[in-house]
Order: sequence, then structure tokens, then C-alpha cells
Amino acid sequence: MIVNPGQRSEQEVGKSMNSYLAPLVREIQPSGIRRFFDLASGNKDIITLGVGEPDFITPWHVREATVHSLERGFTSYTSNSGTPELREAIGQYLYDNFQVAYEPSNQILVTVGGSEAIDLALRALIAPGDEVLVPAPCYLPYSPLTSIAGGVPVEIGTYAKDNFKITAENLLAKITPKSKVLILNYPSNPTGGIMTYEDWLPIAKVVEDHDLLVISDEIYAELTYGQKHVSFASIPGMMDRTILVSGFSKAFAMTGWRMGYVCAHPDLIYAMLKIHQYTVMCAPIMGQVAALEALTNGIEEKDRMIDSYNQRRRLVVQGLRDIGLECHEPQGAFYAFPSVESTGLSSDEFAQRLLVEAKVAAVPGNVFGLGGEGFLRCSYATSVANLTEAISRMGEFINKLKMG
Amino acid sequence: MKALSELKLKVLDLLREDARRNPELLATLLGASLEEVKTAIRELEEDHIIVKYATVVNSSKIDDEKVTALIEVQITPERGRGFDAIAERIYLFSQVKSVYLMSGAYDLLVEVEGRNLKEVASFVSDKLSPLESVLSTKTHFILKKYKQDGIIFEDHEEDHRLVISP
Repeated sequence: MIVNPGQRSEQEVGKSMNSYLAPLVREIQPSGIRRFFDLASGNKDIITLGVGEPDFITPWHVREATVHSLERGFTSYTSNSGTPELREAIGQYLYDNFQVAYEPSNQILVTVGGSEAIDLALRALIAPGDEVLVPAPCYLPYSPLTSIAGGVPVEIGTYAKDNFKITAENLLAKITPKSKVLILNYPSNPTGGIMTYEDWLPIAKVVEDHDLLVISDEIYAELTYGQKHVSFASIPGMMDRTILVSGFSKAFAMTGWRMGYVCAHPDLIYAMLKIHQYTVMCAPIMGQVAALEALTNGIEEKDRMIDSYNQRRRLVVQGLRDIGLECHEPQGAFYAFPSVESTGLSSDEFAQRLLVEAKVAAVPGNVFGLGGEGFLRCSYATSVANLTEAISRMGEFINKLKMG
Repeated sequence: MKALSELKLKVLDLLREDARRNPELLATLLGASLEEVKTAIRELEEDHIIVKYATVVNSSKIDDEKVTALIEVQITPERGRGFDAIAERIYLFSQVKSVYLMSGAYDLLVEVEGRNLKEVASFVSDKLSPLESVLSTKTHFILKKYKQDGIIFEDHEEDHRLVISP
């Protein structure tokens, strides 16, 4: 008889292995996306609008440069902070595109994706009980990572009527003496919301007045439509208070390379570097070679991809509106975030039935936290043909719902 | 030559990718009105900037596979009309698929298609070489087409993404 490994351990040690887990970790809820993943996987007929990554394969010149570097034997560790050439290139790129000046030698740290950077920042800043303010609906990892670091996540609602912008009023309502860090993610996953310079000013004032630090996850910075992204670090007075997190995944279609970076005041970078050097040592050298190639020769290709997202954004927003779903105008990232309230179904019911009955996968808004209920995240990082077919299937599905 | 409007350039890009995209779809993708897009297409057609809506065929997949050769042609230009007159005499043959005026070691690059090797060879010996201003020809047969006009014939790159990801 084959014994389930879990059972066997239980017999040996006399109690559930779960009881050994750190309570902090045991209590973390599994991602709500997981269930949908299991439902959708393996079904070839499904068109997916559920993917949080570009549909482009990393441009060939980036892949080719990496293959070449492997052939020449670049397989070693690098400096903990990343190769000097890459940090230099990142510094120049941020200055040229977002008008923020970071010193490559002590203000830029290359990380394993933006995800590691967020974890490092939270672990470097959070003491037990510190409150971390997170605008929601938001990218899933912020709250769990806050909890693992010992902090207390506090969600701030953002709403369709405000185009999912964070407002000073809603932020102030959640500030307590324990508030320490504000996490920002604009352009936003899942809402596609962005913040302009004028939108940022009142937020910056609250940050200043209440002595907060900001972790600004600007991974979608390149993906804005009609206007340039404004980095929170570029707002007067916010440079030292901001930990800027970004990476190569979205703009350069390099998700699988896990290449990110974090920029901040030298004291903060030094603290994060200490954790980074003991946990991952350095980001993989192959990824660093690829990232440098992307920054050196990949700007034109990047702009072409962004143009293509913009076209598909128009297609999907109009398509969703045409089939009767209310949809605010997403101005960043590659997500549309329509409301499904008019159908009378909850996000979860809608997404589940859409998947089973119409074979279209999308992510129900409720998994993204406060304010996400009633919405559906539709990624438009897929082909025009797929989008057209997905919209048509959704339209039929909604018509069927109306008929009862 | 004309400097095209941004809209026309974008329309051309989208039609180059897929000539069957209709004006409604183009208008949505580009955030323009249907009228603007229809006008842009009409003008592009009238100005012969859009010459034709053709189909790219991978002929190696069909039985009646044809033979294609690229022929380097050296010529003496004609007084007064340069290379154009002789180029025209060549490109009017229906067997000729394309003709380019080149810099470097030869003057014209001529793409010729035939049902078999012999047909192409006899085109070169009977039609092309005897032309008065043709000094020499060098014929290269194409063995396999990997990519044409930016289109890869056998694309092995697949979508490996997870169905749902955060």
C-alpha cells in the first residue's frame, strides 16, 4: 500500500504536520485565483482573459544575447546588488523616462522580479504591529507579504466612480498612529487605473503629514495610454520617502526571467541588500544579461508592444460596453475591469459560469480584495482574434442570462 | 513621395499584418472614427500606396510546387532612360515575380518563377540573356523559404503561459 506522505508523517510524529507551522504562515489564505486555475487548466477550447503577463515572447535579440553570454561562460554569481553595467543602465533609463535620479552604486538593487523587491522592502521596514496601507482592489501578494513580515495590512477602498484612483479622503480615513507604510501600485493591476501628477499631490501631502513611507510598485509604468506615467518618487519631497519597485516583466515581455529592481535612499537599499544577500545572493546572471540587452537595444520593440496593447485595449473596452457591461476607461497596464453587477451575479458566480458555459476564463474581482466584488478582471494581452471571439462568447452568455 | 499621416501609417501597419481586417475593426483598434479610417484607406488605394491585397502562400505545402530563382543581371543602361527601360522589358514577362535595381556587383535582381527547373532555365537562355543590354546573368535557385516579407513560414514559438496568473 502506498502511504500518502502527509499521513505517514502524522503517524510518525503523532500529530498533524500543520501544527508545526508558524502561525503567521498557517493563517495565510491561499490565492483565490488558484481555484480558477484548476477549473480552466487542460481545456483547450477555453479562451483566456485571465493571464497577468504579456502575450509577446521575449524579443529574439534579448534571447539571443543571453544564449551568446552562456556560450561565453557567463554563469557565475554577480555582485549582490547586480552587475554595475545593469545598475548604470537602469539608473539612466529611469532618469530619461521618469525623471527620477538614483545613484547606481548605492541606490539601485537588482532583484528576482519585482516580487522579491516588495518582500525586501516590507521586511526591511515592518516591525510587529505596524500597519501597512494598501489601496484595493489590488495585486494579491501585498497583504500576505505584509502579514509574513509581521505587519497588519489595512485596505483602502478605490472605486470605479474615481477611475480606481486612491483619494486623500479615503486614505486619511484609514490612517492610525500605527500606520507606517503605504503601498501604491499605479498603473494598477487589476483595475487599469493610473494616477496623474495632480492626482498625486494630495496623496503626497498626506504621506508627508503622517510621516509615511511609500512602496511604489511601478511595474506597469511603461504601459500607460495617452499620457506618460508619473512616478510617485518624482513628486516634490517624495524621493526619500519612496521605495520604487519595478522590473522588466511587463514592459519588455520578460516575465519568466524574474528580473526586477528596487530604488531608494541609500540607507534603505543597504537594509534591503542585507536581506537580499542572505536569501538569494544575487539575481541570476542570465537574467541580468538579458535585462541589459533589453535596455540597450529593446526600446523600439517595447514601444511597438505598448502600441499594440493600446489597440487591443480599445477593442476590449468597446466590446465589453457593446455587450452591456459597464466598464471604466482603463488607462494603464493591460486589464479591463468591467462591472458585472448588472447581470445580478456575484463576481465569483459570473466568472465561474462564464468559464463553464461560455469557455472564457477571467478573474473575478473579489479575489483582489476590498471593492473588487462586482467586477471582473479581463486581461487583453491576447490576440485580436482571441479577444473578438471572447467578447462574442461573453455577449451570448449575457444574453442567455437575460433570457433567464 | 508623401509624408503620410499617423493614422494612415497605423492603418498600413495593421493591414500588413492582416489585410482582411475590416474598417470597423481598424477604427476600434486605432481609436478613430469609421469615416476617418474609410477615407484613409480610400486615399491609400487611390494613391497606389496600397497596391493590392494579396495572400502569402507557403507553396511548399501544395503539390504543384513551383521553382523560384533569383537571377543577378548585369546590364548596360540605355542613354536617356537609364535602367528603367530595360527593367520594364524584363518585369513585363509574367514569369518574373519581382525586379530590384541593386547597388554593388550587379544591376538587377530578378525573381523568376517556373513550373520546373527547365522552364526557368529556358526563360533565362531564350528571353533574358538575348536582350541586347544584358551583359551577364547568374542564376540562383531557391531551395527553401524560411521567411518572406516578415512572415515566418513554420513558426515554432508557442504560447506557454498559464491559463490564469495573478
